[in-house]
Amino acid sequence: MSIHARFRIARPGFSLDVDTQFPARGVSALFGPSGSGKTTLLRCIAGLEKAAGTLQVNGETWQGANTFMPVDRRPLGYVFQEASLFPHLSVRANLEYGYKRIAPAECRVQPAQAVEWLGLDSLIGRKDVQGLSGGERQRVAIGRALLASPRLLLMDEPLSALDAASRQDILPYLERLHRELDIPVLYVSHALDEVARLADHLVLLEQGRVIAGGALGETLARLDLPTAHYDDAGVVIEAAVGIHDDAYHLTRLDFPGGHLWVGRVRQPAGSMVRARVLARDVSLATAMPHGSSISNILAARIAELRDEGPDKVNVLLATGESQPLLSRITRRSRDQLGLAPGMEVYAQVKSVALMA
Amino acid sequence: MSTADLLALRTTLSLAAVTTLVLLLLGTPLAWWLARTRSRLAVAIEAVVALPLVLPPTVLGFYMLVALGPHGPVGGLLESLGLDHLAFTFTGLVLASTLYSLPFMVQPLKDAFAAVGERMTEAAATLRAGAWDRFFSVVLPLSRRGLLTAVTLTFAHTIGEFGVVLMVGGNIPGQTRVLSIAIYDHAEAMDYASAHVLAGGLLAASFLMLLAVYAFNRRYLVVHP
Repeated sequence: MSIHARFRIARPGFSLDVDTQFPARGVSALFGPSGSGKTTLLRCIAGLEKAAGTLQVNGETWQGANTFMPVDRRPLGYVFQEASLFPHLSVRANLEYGYKRIAPAECRVQPAQAVEWLGLDSLIGRKDVQGLSGGERQRVAIGRALLASPRLLLMDEPLSALDAASRQDILPYLERLHRELDIPVLYVSHALDEVARLADHLVLLEQGRVIAGGALGETLARLDLPTAHYDDAGVVIEAAVGIHDDAYHLTRLDFPGGHLWVGRVRQPAGSMVRARVLARDVSLATAMPHGSSISNILAARIAELRDEGPDKVNVLLATGESQPLLSRITRRSRDQLGLAPGMEVYAQVKSVALMA
Repeated sequence: MSTADLLALRTTLSLAAVTTLVLLLLGTPLAWWLARTRSRLAVAIEAVVALPLVLPPTVLGFYMLVALGPHGPVGGLLESLGLDHLAFTFTGLVLASTLYSLPFMVQPLKDAFAAVGERMTEAAATLRAGAWDRFFSVVLPLSRRGLLTAVTLTFAHTIGEFGVVLMVGGNIPGQTRVLSIAIYDHAEAMDYASAHVLAGGLLAASFLMLLAVYAFNRRYLVVHP
């Protein structure tokens, strides 16, 4: 099951030329700088933009050589950058707008469920949607889209119009949907941290072209892609909660490449969590460091080195069988330590961010 | 008020009501098209729609009289089909008023539709609303201020017209004799008392209508800043 999109747009100052496939499960992020065409691609998939091309969703043709399914006939949900709630309708009427318009047989999400998922119980009675905060509005907009029981959910930078506090407020809801909903999501973003947190699959766009696409973990670990140049470049690690150390309030995460100690997490032992390790938080040593305050030291082998600007080097490491790790060090350190591909090193992880 | 004046009042009100209804049906799609189109033709159409604002009513009335009369393109066609021409008839008056009041319906509606913004209809479309559904469930409710303004201005403006009526309709009691013409008749006959009743009534009614519109729109503004 997959989504296969081929679109071509040529306009003065902008062109889009993509032929790409997404898995029709989990969250696929469309990532790229502004102007890279990710929103346009999303609008083409929704049918909001008419471009030459074809689109198949799970074997169903939404757009073909001579066919174009109108937006209102496509079983999708769309969350815009700004919530775009209907100002003349109450919160409840906004939520139920799409819900009332689908055939009963198509209905897979009930209002009570959406209210529970998105914590809308205190908002549902509000008459005036303009009085809601930005984060509240966006939660209502997501609920409204879900209640149309979409078979594909399209989200166009749903957090970008929000301030940092509202973003932190809404991210847990998105993570929860990610875990509990069986709806494929295409998520447009230009923020690497959001992508690292929410996505399973990553598609990189630049100047209207798809330059790479693949599983999130593998793609984030590629040094040849623009994601490696970001200040917050790094990898994600899917790990299991191992043991809790209640005396020191710590938790050990286990993954095929070793263990990472992090601050005590809520999740019980055995549950899966996603951790993010930034390249700039990983330093390298050629011998096992002693007397270090850093408790996370992983044995690794250097797979690849690539210059990053005039003074830095990105290092791709392999820990265990497959888990990649990125490290960003200075060029001088590389030369002083004589680092080269194939060398065994010790990676000191200064900080681990827990994503869920 | 005399029976004749009451008859004129009735003619005036029916003319204004029918004209407003016709313009609502014709002006709404036109305004919608003007608000959303990227066609270059739109500029020309807009200018044509605005023409009655600057044209002397007698000019418009004159052309309408010619067109609707027995030798004009419209009247002549009707005659050749065995029907009657439309000069000096209520129907002719409705046609002329429709043209004359067109900008009062189309311009406020167009502005209101444009203010709704494409994002709202896009959001509705992604929520399974078809084109008609989007228009009635989203566009119209969000344009209610403009709609109310358009309907009121059209109605009031049609009540107040004089020149076009005189040219196209003449002064046939019960058919084409409207209040503004009755006032003119009274003044001509030096019957200022009757003229006062009608003129004062029109003034008060027009003021109250506009007052109601502005009060409604202001209250709406306060609720939805």
